[in-house]
Amino acid sequence: MRLINRIPSRPMALLIAAAPFVAVLIAYAIGSEVRLAANPADKLLPALSTIQETATRLFTEGDRRSGEILLWQDTWASLGRLLGGVGVSAALSLVIGMLIGLLPLVRSALSGFVAVLSMVPPLALLPILFIVFGLGETSKIVLIVIGITPFMTRDLAQRVLDIPHEQLVKAQTLGASSWVIAVRVALPQVLPRLISNMRLSLGSAWLFLIAAEAVAAEVGLGYRIFLVRRYLAMDVILTYVIWITLLAFMLDWLLKQLSRKAFPWMEAGL
Amino acid sequence: MSNSERFVQVRDIWQAYGGRSIIERVNLDVAEGEFVSIVGASGCGKSTFLRLLLADERPVRGMITVDGGAVAREPGRERGVVFQKYSVFPHLTVRENIVVAEGFNTACGWMFGAAKRDARDRADAMLARIGLNHVAGQYPASLSGGMQQRLAIGQALTAKPRVLLLDEPFGALDPGTRLQMHAFLTELRAETKMTVFMVSHDLEEAFKLGDRVLVFDKPRWDPQDPGLYGATITYDFDARDQGLPHQRILDRFPTLAAQNAHARQTEPA
Repeated sequence: MRLINRIPSRPMALLIAAAPFVAVLIAYAIGSEVRLAANPADKLLPALSTIQETATRLFTEGDRRSGEILLWQDTWASLGRLLGGVGVSAALSLVIGMLIGLLPLVRSALSGFVAVLSMVPPLALLPILFIVFGLGETSKIVLIVIGITPFMTRDLAQRVLDIPHEQLVKAQTLGASSWVIAVRVALPQVLPRLISNMRLSLGSAWLFLIAAEAVAAEVGLGYRIFLVRRYLAMDVILTYVIWITLLAFMLDWLLKQLSRKAFPWMEAGL
Repeated sequence: MSNSERFVQVRDIWQAYGGRSIIERVNLDVAEGEFVSIVGASGCGKSTFLRLLLADERPVRGMITVDGGAVAREPGRERGVVFQKYSVFPHLTVRENIVVAEGFNTACGWMFGAAKRDARDRADAMLARIGLNHVAGQYPASLSGGMQQRLAIGQALTAKPRVLLLDEPFGALDPGTRLQMHAFLTELRAETKMTVFMVSHDLEEAFKLGDRVLVFDKPRWDPQDPGLYGATITYDFDARDQGLPHQRILDRFPTLAAQNAHARQTEPA
C-alpha cells in the first residue's frame, strides 16, 4: 500500500500525536540528568521536578515584598495588551479590507499603500513608537496593531474580491445598495475569515508583545522572562514559556469554537 | 408595432473587449411575456449579450431599453437573473434567501416588525409554491443542485422583475432534474406571464421552452484575425406550436380563412 493511503486508526493517531511531546520531555529529562550529575548546582537545565516546584510557587505564592502573585499580574497585563492589539487590528482590517475589496475607488487609493505598509518591519519601528507614545501601554498595543493589521487587511480584501461576481450582481438585481451589499452579503461571508486571520496572527502578536515588554515594561510575561534572565533562573523562564504556550493554545481553541458556533452555514456543505 | 410588442428594445449593440469584437450590430424587439431562448457555440457572445441585457456591462455602442424606459447603467430590480451557480447566498437559510429579495431593497438591509413578519409569510408561500418549504431552515449548501436552482428562480421572482434573465440555469443538472425544472419553469411562466431570456447550450431545451429561439454566430470571419468581427443574431426562429410555422396565421389574418374556403368551393370536382 502506498504511504499516501495509509491512514492511522484513532488510537494509533492519538499515540503518534503524543509521541513528539513525550520524546521532547524524555530528551530534556536525560539532558538535565546528565548535567546535574556532573554539577548539582547547574542552572541551565533544571530537573523536571524543580520546574514543577517553581511553577507551583509562581502560581500560588505572593511576592515577598508586595504580597501579590506576580505571575497572575503578568498574565492579565499581557493578555490585556495582546487582546487590545488584536482587537483593534481585527476592527481596522475588517473595515479597511471590506472597503478595498468592495469599492474600486478605495482599492485604487489604498491597496498599493497597504501592500507597502505590510513590508515595513514592525520591530524596527519600536524605538519610534516608544519615543512617540511613551513607555506605557499605548506603544505596546500600537506595535501589535502595526505588526498584524496590514496582512490581515490584505487577506480580507482578497476574500471580499473572491466573493463570486454573480452574487454581487444578484444582490443588485434584488435592489441592494452598496451599503446593503457590504453588511448583508460581504460582511457575513468574510467574518469567518476574520476569525481565522485572528488565529493566524496571534503568533505574531505574541512575538511583538514579548519584544515590546522585553524592552520596556513594569509588568508582563515578556518583561518577567527578560528580568529573571539576569539570574539565569531557567526554572522560571521555562514555566513562563510553557504558560504562554498554553495561553496561546487556549486562545486559538476559543476562537475556533467561536467560529464553529457563529457560522453554521460554513459547515452545512460538509 | 404596438408598445407591448417592443417591450424590450435592443438597438445596434456592439461590444468589444480590448479591440476584440464580441458581438456586433445586434437589433432585437421582444414583446412583453415572450420567452426568448438564446443558443450558439461557446464563445459566440451569448453570455455577453445576457450581461448587456442585465446592465452588468455597458455596450461600446448601441442601447437597450425595457418598456421604453431609460438605459440602465447598473443592475437593478427591473431585471432579475438566475446564473448557472452562485445564484443564492450561502450564508442565508433557504427562507432568508427568499426574504432578502424584499429586504435588500430597504435602506439599511433589514426589515423589522410587521413588515418582516409579512415578508416571512410571503416567503413561506413562495417556498410552498416552489416545493422547498420542508427545507426552509437549511442552508443552500445542503440542497441538491435542482433545489438550489429552484430557490434561485423563486428568489428572482419574489423581487417581481419586468424581465427575467437565465444564464444556462439548468446546465449543471442531471437529465431527470432538468426535465422537472422545465415543467416547473413552464408552470411558473403560465402564472406570471413574465418576459424571459434564457441562454442555453441545449437546443432541445431552447425550442421546448422558448417562444423564439435566437442563434448567435459570426456572419463575417477573417481567417487572419478571428477576433476582428463579432457575432450577431443569425437566425430568429418562431418556436411556438412545436416549431411548425404558420399554425396561427388564420388567427392573425382571418380574411385568409374566407379566401381559403372560397378556393375550396370553386375547385373543380
